[in-house]
Amino acid sequence: MTTSTVTAPATVAQAPAPGPARLRGRRRLAQWGFVAPAVVFMLLFFGYPLVRNVVMSFQHYTPKTFFTGEAPFNGSDNWSNVFRDALFGKALWHTLVFTAGSLLGQFCAGLALAVFFSRRFPLNGVLRSLILLPWLVPMVVSGIVWRRILDQDTGVLNSFLGTLGLDGSTPWLTDPHMALLSVILVNIWIGIPFNMVILYGGLQEIPRELYEAASLDGASAWRTFRSVTLPMLRPVITVVLVLGFMSTVKILDLILALTDGGPADATQTLGTLTYQNSFVQLDFGAGAVVGNVLILISAVFAVFYLRANRTEGK
Amino acid sequence: MATETVKPRGGRRRWGSTVAGVLVLAVMLFPLYWMLNTALQPEAGLLEVDPVPHGLDLSGFSKALTDQGGHLLTSLVVSLGAVAICLAVAAPAAYGLAQFRLRGSRTIVFGTLITQMVPGIVIANALYNSYVDLGLVNSYFGLMLADASLGIPFSIVLMRSFMVSIPGEVVEAAQVDGAGRLRTFVQVVLPMSRNSLITSGLFAFLFSWSDFMFALTLNTTDDVKPVTLGIYQYIGAHVGDWGSVMAASVLSAIPAAILLVLAQKYIAAGITGGSVK
Repeated sequence: MTTSTVTAPATVAQAPAPGPARLRGRRRLAQWGFVAPAVVFMLLFFGYPLVRNVVMSFQHYTPKTFFTGEAPFNGSDNWSNVFRDALFGKALWHTLVFTAGSLLGQFCAGLALAVFFSRRFPLNGVLRSLILLPWLVPMVVSGIVWRRILDQDTGVLNSFLGTLGLDGSTPWLTDPHMALLSVILVNIWIGIPFNMVILYGGLQEIPRELYEAASLDGASAWRTFRSVTLPMLRPVITVVLVLGFMSTVKILDLILALTDGGPADATQTLGTLTYQNSFVQLDFGAGAVVGNVLILISAVFAVFYLRANRTEGK
Repeated sequence: MATETVKPRGGRRRWGSTVAGVLVLAVMLFPLYWMLNTALQPEAGLLEVDPVPHGLDLSGFSKALTDQGGHLLTSLVVSLGAVAICLAVAAPAAYGLAQFRLRGSRTIVFGTLITQMVPGIVIANALYNSYVDLGLVNSYFGLMLADASLGIPFSIVLMRSFMVSIPGEVVEAAQVDGAGRLRTFVQVVLPMSRNSLITSGLFAFLFSWSDFMFALTLNTTDDVKPVTLGIYQYIGAHVGDWGSVMAASVLSAIPAAILLVLAQKYIAAGITGGSVK
């Protein structure tokens, strides 16, 4: 489950009260008292890990480290070891495929549903809110439920396909060529509600008059969608895709629950590889390297996003 | 005449959309139905599950409660603790960032947005090591703190965007009456911001309840085990016992379902209000 936030700054503030400088200084201090705990918390839980991960990536951790407390610096050994390992390239590729595939599927299905629910019909509101349920269930639980559904021999999906006369023995999660696709499909299912709700909200903001004008001009439904809906929806689309990217690229729960990164590392991503390195092999140095790459990817993406936002705001 | 012929057709088309909507919903909710259905057929084990349960066999649920009841309780305690920490930290900050003209406010708000970019596993990687040094591994408080971090940035942004609209005069009036800054905040600002406070609290609860990664990485023993971790480890150990795994899954999904029914407007507000501004 993910919800994140992107806001434009808006400042409404009290005018600074007149008074002697010392009084104002004390006032300032009291005001900072409100903000300081949050700043300290975020520095500890977000700022510090970022720095510490960079440091850790140059340290040699072994299972013994946690008894001796010793993690000597070892130059760029962790980096070269990780980059030399073929698994890293694989995980990077899987991460990109997983993220792109998930976003594409979630977005298209979410947009289609948002457009569908923009029509007026009975029970619209009830159906629209019930569709949120998959998104609210803990992701690891969804993963486990799907693991049962996708079971090759006794899962309901294969027996359903069999009933239809189709291939009822697809090894969804056990075949290295299938597994990544299956994981993507499950993640699309998880992400559809979130995409739908935000895009639906965006659709409601588009002024009715634009549609009336388009229909007066005799525009077809598809034409109206392309020349009115999509351009007007663009800012919301950007938000949905950015938030989607950030929550998808780092995913861990779902993959562990579905495949544990297998079979034969076919669903290993940068997220799961970080976990494996650090918490299974207890090589926190190697885990930190992969984690840093993950951050770098997010950061590059964020820069692009901020730049795109700025040019759009002009 | 013309309207009479058009009207029923329009009406039928509307109900046609409802039917299509129900079908979409059925597909989307099918996995959750299947979770419940499998939970009610504990005797199926590793075999195929029938499309509908034969009766109300609750033995899977009673087994799940025996095995996972404690973990559900742990989840509840940790999540409530995380919500308390989250609101205690985020609400004053949101107020400060909305109403005081502090130097650096913009930077802080920007930083809050940036935190959402940091992957959780990277945080866990560094946090585990500090937690070992601080003795916070395998502790309720440690997990509450980590889980609170999932909700704090979201809550700050959400509450701030509401508190910006509280008129400065209201706050000043309270202070003229002699209320201190803290009392003004507690007695005037917080009640006015009730809705955004509830929305933030609900989401902080759901984030924490759904957390798997911090539970997985910051615990090395069975002392503090939320239900997400409990279920995950259960399928590793009891491969054939799908009935009670699914029963535990159903139980773990109940808070989400309750919140969706009881607090639907807050959830919708949280998703859209927090994301698009």
